[in-house]
Amino acid sequence: MSEPVDLPAMITKRFKEPLEFLGGVALLAKDTVKELRTRPFYGSLLIDQIYLVGVKSLPLVLITALSTGMVMALQYGLGLEKFGGKPYVPRLVASTILREMGPVFTSLMLAARVGAGMASEIGSMVVTQQIDAIRALGTSPIKKIVIPRVLACLIVLPLLVSIANLVGNFGGLMVGSSELNLDAQFYFRRVLETSNLKDYIAGFGKTFFFAIFIAMPSCYFGLTVKNGTKEVGIATTKAVVTASLLILTGDFFLSKLFWVIEKWL
Amino acid sequence: MALIEVVNFEKSFGEKVIHRDVSFYVKKGECLGLVGGSGAGKSVILRSLIGLEKPDSGQILINGVDIVPFNEQQLVPIRKQVAYAFQGGALFDSMTVYENLAYPLRAHTELPETAIAEKIHLQLAEFGLEKSIHQYPGELSGGMQKRIGLARAVIMQPEIILYDEPTAGLDPYNTKKIQELILRLKAKGVTAILVTHDIPTAMAVCDKFAFLKDKVIAEQGTIDQLKTRNDSLIQKFIEGNIL
Ligand SMILES: Nc1ncnc2c1ncn2[C@@H]1O[C@H](COP(=O)(O)OP(=O)(O)O)[C@@H](O)[C@H]1O
Ligand SMILES: [Mg+2]
Repeated sequence: MSEPVDLPAMITKRFKEPLEFLGGVALLAKDTVKELRTRPFYGSLLIDQIYLVGVKSLPLVLITALSTGMVMALQYGLGLEKFGGKPYVPRLVASTILREMGPVFTSLMLAARVGAGMASEIGSMVVTQQIDAIRALGTSPIKKIVIPRVLACLIVLPLLVSIANLVGNFGGLMVGSSELNLDAQFYFRRVLETSNLKDYIAGFGKTFFFAIFIAMPSCYFGLTVKNGTKEVGIATTKAVVTASLLILTGDFFLSKLFWVIEKWL
Repeated sequence: MALIEVVNFEKSFGEKVIHRDVSFYVKKGECLGLVGGSGAGKSVILRSLIGLEKPDSGQILINGVDIVPFNEQQLVPIRKQVAYAFQGGALFDSMTVYENLAYPLRAHTELPETAIAEKIHLQLAEFGLEKSIHQYPGELSGGMQKRIGLARAVIMQPEIILYDEPTAGLDPYNTKKIQELILRLKAKGVTAILVTHDIPTAMAVCDKFAFLKDKVIAEQGTIDQLKTRNDSLIQKFIEGNIL
């Protein structure tokens, strides 16, 4: 006979961690909002983080955006060639990049690079009692650690995505003119004529959500490291996986949301 | 009146009971040695005294005020008054020694940078650490890090200092240095609790002892009082060959 299955225990175990995560992040978010409204505000820490998150991620973002744009132009071009659809490539590439590929790929790259960095840095600070020291010296880890990182992501990600949008379309143009024999000037004009502000806003609007999806789990998993160095690695993995999943699943709902908003406008 | 008073302190982590009714007090200017085996919960008590941890029940009176119900904001004045010397120093490793010492001053005073610099130089000179002022913690030995951690803890001139195993893992030279620093602070009238396994240091600086054993304070008193007890743990401690 097989072991009796303890269903309630199984369910509790299965859902305990996600629920803890949701509750924990909600509390962290509440404290963050609360402490954002009180003095002091550490501007120099924010600038440090903007540099670390933004400037340091730029090469990665540029390469990702360029290759995405190039590959898309190639695939659309070769795929549509049979139907004589090549002239639509600029429009297709542009709107796909603006709406989806720019924001999502940039955010995923940032989740990997910045999310891992934040979670492991904060986790190590917990293990070496630096977070305790922040509190023991009468200052707030939320103000010193969480707020600069969340704000940096909120400021930097939209900018990076805007740059990625430009570079991605440039990659499309390069492939369009070299591989698909589309005139570069024609390609450029088509992009400008066909893509509109709505495309841009639909993608750009998501980046603020994605920034939160990256920063909050990374801070949360870093701060909740408990017993020693081994957990820092686990926290890092959890931060990256959680941020990536939130971006990918959140993207669907946000896309729907922005379609609804567009219809309104 | 006692400056620090812990009353019926109880604490568990999950199912695991750590403290089952701990009470003790420390008068102004006194140094209490808090002694007990590894994992007995000494650090948890020290952490609770500045609100880094909350007891499940009981009171923690600092200057007669119970700090247990305080939130993080209300704890700020307590944390300015009660310094914590962490076991490993807990220096911020992204900052130089100078920046580490400047941290509490910038957070809690309106001093101009020149005055801050002057204070830091004086403090480091007193602790014999001037040479490392522009180094990062990672470039320093464990003993140096602990001494700088102590310098950072006392730069705000706290009334109370909590030392968590300040000499653990140190070579004789650094142990002696730390012992001197503790004695110097004590001479200035600073009240202290010292958690340590280092019996010579404890004997040199503590006025009285509290033994944490089996989740309670098993014995407390001055060395002379304790000598009369026939608890084997205490006798061994007095002879200097345990913990
Ligand atoms: N945050 C925590 N979560 C769970 N258990 C803890 C926590 N902090 C301390 N403990 C446990 O409490 C006990 C006492 O810890 P501690 O005060 O650090 O002992 P020590 O007397 O060696 O300083 C240990 O068994 C430790 O595992
Ligand atoms: Mg300890």
